[in-house]
Amino acid sequence: MAQRILTFSIFRYNPATPEIKPRMQDFQLDETPNMTVFIALNRLREEQDPSLMFDFVCRAAICGSCAMLINGRPQLACKTLTAELPETITLMPLPVFKLVGDLSVDTGTWFRQMCETTEAWIHTDVKFNPKAEEERMDNAIALDIYEAERCIECGCCIASCATANFRDDFLGAAGLNRVARFLIDPRDQRSPAQVFEVVGTDEGVFGCIGLMACDDLCPMEIPLQTQLALVRRKMMAAALRCQCQK
Amino acid sequence: MKWQDTHITEVLVIGAGLAGERVAVEAASHGHECTILSLVPPRRSHSTAAQGGMQASLGNVAMGYGDNPDVHFEDTVKGSDWGCEQDVARLFVNLAPIAVRQLSYWGVPWTRVVPGKKVLPDGREIEDLPEKEGLIAQRAFGGTAKWRTCYAADGTGHVLQYSMDSMVIKLGVTVHDRMEAVALIHDGEHCYGAVARCLRTGTFRAYLAKATVIATGGYGRIYGTSTNAVINEGTGMAIALDTGVVPLGNMEAVQFHPTGIVPTNILVTEGCRGDGGYLLDKNLHRFMPDYEPVKKELASRDVVSRRMMYHIRQGYGVESPYGPHLWLDIRHLGTEHLYTNLREVCTICGNFLGIDPAKDLIPVVPTQHYSMGGVRTNIDGDAYGLKGLFAAGESACWDLHGFNRLGGNSLAETLVMGMVVGARVADYVKEAVMDFPPTLVSDAVKKQEERVKQLMTAKGTENVYALRKQMEETLLNKVGIFRNEADLKEAVATLSDLYARSQHLKLRSNGLGPNPEVAAALRLPGMLRLALCIATGALNRQESRGSHYREDFPKRDDANWLKRTLAYWRPGADMPDLQYEDITINELPPGDRGYGEATGVTQVGD
Ligand SMILES: Cc1cc2nc3c(=O)[nH]c(=O)nc-3n(C[C@H](O)[C@H](O)[C@H](O)COP(=O)(O)OP(=O)(O)OC[C@H]3O[C@@H](n4cnc5c(N)ncnc54)[C@H](O)[C@@H]3O)c2cc1C
Ligand code: SF4
Ligand code: SF4
Ligand code: FES
Repeated sequence: MAQRILTFSIFRYNPATPEIKPRMQDFQLDETPNMTVFIALNRLREEQDPSLMFDFVCRAAICGSCAMLINGRPQLACKTLTAELPETITLMPLPVFKLVGDLSVDTGTWFRQMCETTEAWIHTDVKFNPKAEEERMDNAIALDIYEAERCIECGCCIASCATANFRDDFLGAAGLNRVARFLIDPRDQRSPAQVFEVVGTDEGVFGCIGLMACDDLCPMEIPLQTQLALVRRKMMAAALRCQCQK
Repeated sequence: MKWQDTHITEVLVIGAGLAGERVAVEAASHGHECTILSLVPPRRSHSTAAQGGMQASLGNVAMGYGDNPDVHFEDTVKGSDWGCEQDVARLFVNLAPIAVRQLSYWGVPWTRVVPGKKVLPDGREIEDLPEKEGLIAQRAFGGTAKWRTCYAADGTGHVLQYSMDSMVIKLGVTVHDRMEAVALIHDGEHCYGAVARCLRTGTFRAYLAKATVIATGGYGRIYGTSTNAVINEGTGMAIALDTGVVPLGNMEAVQFHPTGIVPTNILVTEGCRGDGGYLLDKNLHRFMPDYEPVKKELASRDVVSRRMMYHIRQGYGVESPYGPHLWLDIRHLGTEHLYTNLREVCTICGNFLGIDPAKDLIPVVPTQHYSMGGVRTNIDGDAYGLKGLFAAGESACWDLHGFNRLGGNSLAETLVMGMVVGARVADYVKEAVMDFPPTLVSDAVKKQEERVKQLMTAKGTENVYALRKQMEETLLNKVGIFRNEADLKEAVATLSDLYARSQHLKLRSNGLGPNPEVAAALRLPGMLRLALCIATGALNRQESRGSHYREDFPKRDDANWLKRTLAYWRPGADMPDLQYEDITINELPPGDRGYGEATGVTQVGD
């Protein structure tokens, strides 16, 4: 295969120089075997423009730092092979999240807020006893919790979600998946009704319009459709119970 | 500097990985106000990348029955090649089971025991007993007498970090991410906090605290090719060294992991070999039993890595455009096992190599992985040299690992040491008073602001990325798995030349705002100082111990070298000052590890 010269068309904006308006800038780079967008961006920074801002940490598709719009689609840049892309590659920062500069966005603040809203930690009255054996758990349940816990908070599902794009308080698929993670954990003593108070609203589960843009974009292949359905089912049940009690 | 930007807190934790968060949670649970600084949101810290698991002698699985802290202790000391502090190792093995159970209490979905008969890949039949059903399970890791590594499917580090961070959020601990500590504020006796550069705006601010904890992880990236995340540049160790009074311990002890994939250097976990994977050469021959008839692929990491490199040097490597490599074979573990317990490995292979490990061989080569060395502390976590400064996790040299860390002992160390240091810090701040010499603080901030101004206006000529590349190559080629005097001398000369040149950097961008070239330029001199500590420490140490292997001194030499290196960087110096201290050996006298090239035993294959 003849070696390609790739054109990267990259969104640029530095908050330190607000007088320079956001713009697209083109860079040329020769493609090498097994090149990823991670490799390409680092080469661009080292060889052409050292001011270029972007975020990578693990470069192994496990930390969730590097999601961006690659030719319009939210995905992890570190595991995207250039060979799978056309010669012209457009890179944009993820929408919804606050822009830090160029391709870098602040997903951390968004996810911490989501965790605070959903109180994403184990709620229990049990005290930890350092001398006791651990409480037992069925391995199947452990694996189910693990499945939901695999979310790497990359934000791809949020960026692609119509609701999240116009409601900045919507929990999104990642948020609802987080709720599901604690709903199925026997160590968490919250009842579905308590959870319902948090998510049984438009910001929560009922804001979802179910188009499933999120589902096939999750790089961890978390079955978001199933998780959303689970939360919705439990919430409906909790809502009915509340109605009956009134 | 703007005084109104100054942030005051009781406890300042630099680093939001497992170690830093565990310290903060402990101190916060004692009622103290904590602030954590991190380069990235906590859940993106490198700890999340650990796939394999953490050691604790629960003894819940068939192959772990009879395990206890004594056995764990012995494995750890042998693994360290008698380089560790034995009182620290004792404290650690006793607390590790509590740490694992506490994490379960905080929400970690540990993989649990499923009872029944099982056949191991080597044909042995075992039975997990019904009375252990539902307890936390363990898997095998290298250098251990029992199966002791607790795990959560294929993502132990990820779930540990998420559970720890959920506690940080629950307790309302303040976290400032994208905030890089660039200097400690101190007067040669006390540490008063740190100067940090905001990676969102590029501005500097002072963080003042009664206690400051360094928990910044490893420095793998100074080697260029490393299994570590790209943010692991050792800046936390570097700023401690910069004080001139805080030493770094055993910097020459650098671990290479046997199975980084070729090319990208991403790690595939030791769990692959623990679960029964083989290493094969270009003739598809399983060569490890030839060198290590007892432990085979599961000798300690330093030993397996050396055997692999030796085998490659004998001409048995598989040629590739990225240099010779060997194969990791896990096909025989079966699709179901691979896609449940080693799914991360399958994903990595699919994403970065385009192969399926159920059908294909995985190209691997030993790769820089872990720093045993770091900020030297006592058993409580107090850093040597400065009151009010502490360290924990991979950035510390507590010294649990000596010259080689056992797989699974690092995650365990972050949590156990975090617990110990957190409690110590809580005690310390109760007694300490808030007192900051104002000029000391403003001078410290000004000094950093000056550095940036200098960079933006100076007439230097040197390119930060070019110097950095040379540093990486020097370490990799001359201070790697096999070391010798000639190479090390050359490395020291090259590195000190690079260090001199790093004082004359020239930016190629405007340097405004959160500019990444400025960040790289500010880090480089500190990284070079670490590199010089590693290289000079390795040159001085005329013996082989654990991961430090000298071709010209292939034996361990307890008569002369049963001691720990302490590297200081005196103010204005251009080379580290190396001192040595005794190692605490109060239980297990130096002996034979039972694997590897061993003292007193004829060298196998070397
Ligand atoms: C691929 C891989 C797999 C591994 N698998 C295992 C395993 O299975 N079992 C095991 O026991 N060990 C494993 N290890 C080792 C283990 O994961 C690490 O040693 C451990 O997680 C380190 O934790 P830490 O908290 O000390 O540092 P890290 O998790 O690296 O955290 C460092 C923190 O410091 C912050 N930081 C750094 N510098 C600064 C600064 N200047 N200012 C502010 N913040 C800063 C970072 O943002 C980060 O939050 C593995 C390591 C690798 C590389
Ligand atoms: S299904 Fe719901 S959460 Fe997913 S993209 Fe659509 S609206 Fe968003
Ligand atoms: S659910 Fe999937 S896409 Fe959404 S943040 Fe988590 S990992 Fe990313
Ligand atoms: S850099 Fe971690 S997911 Fe891409």
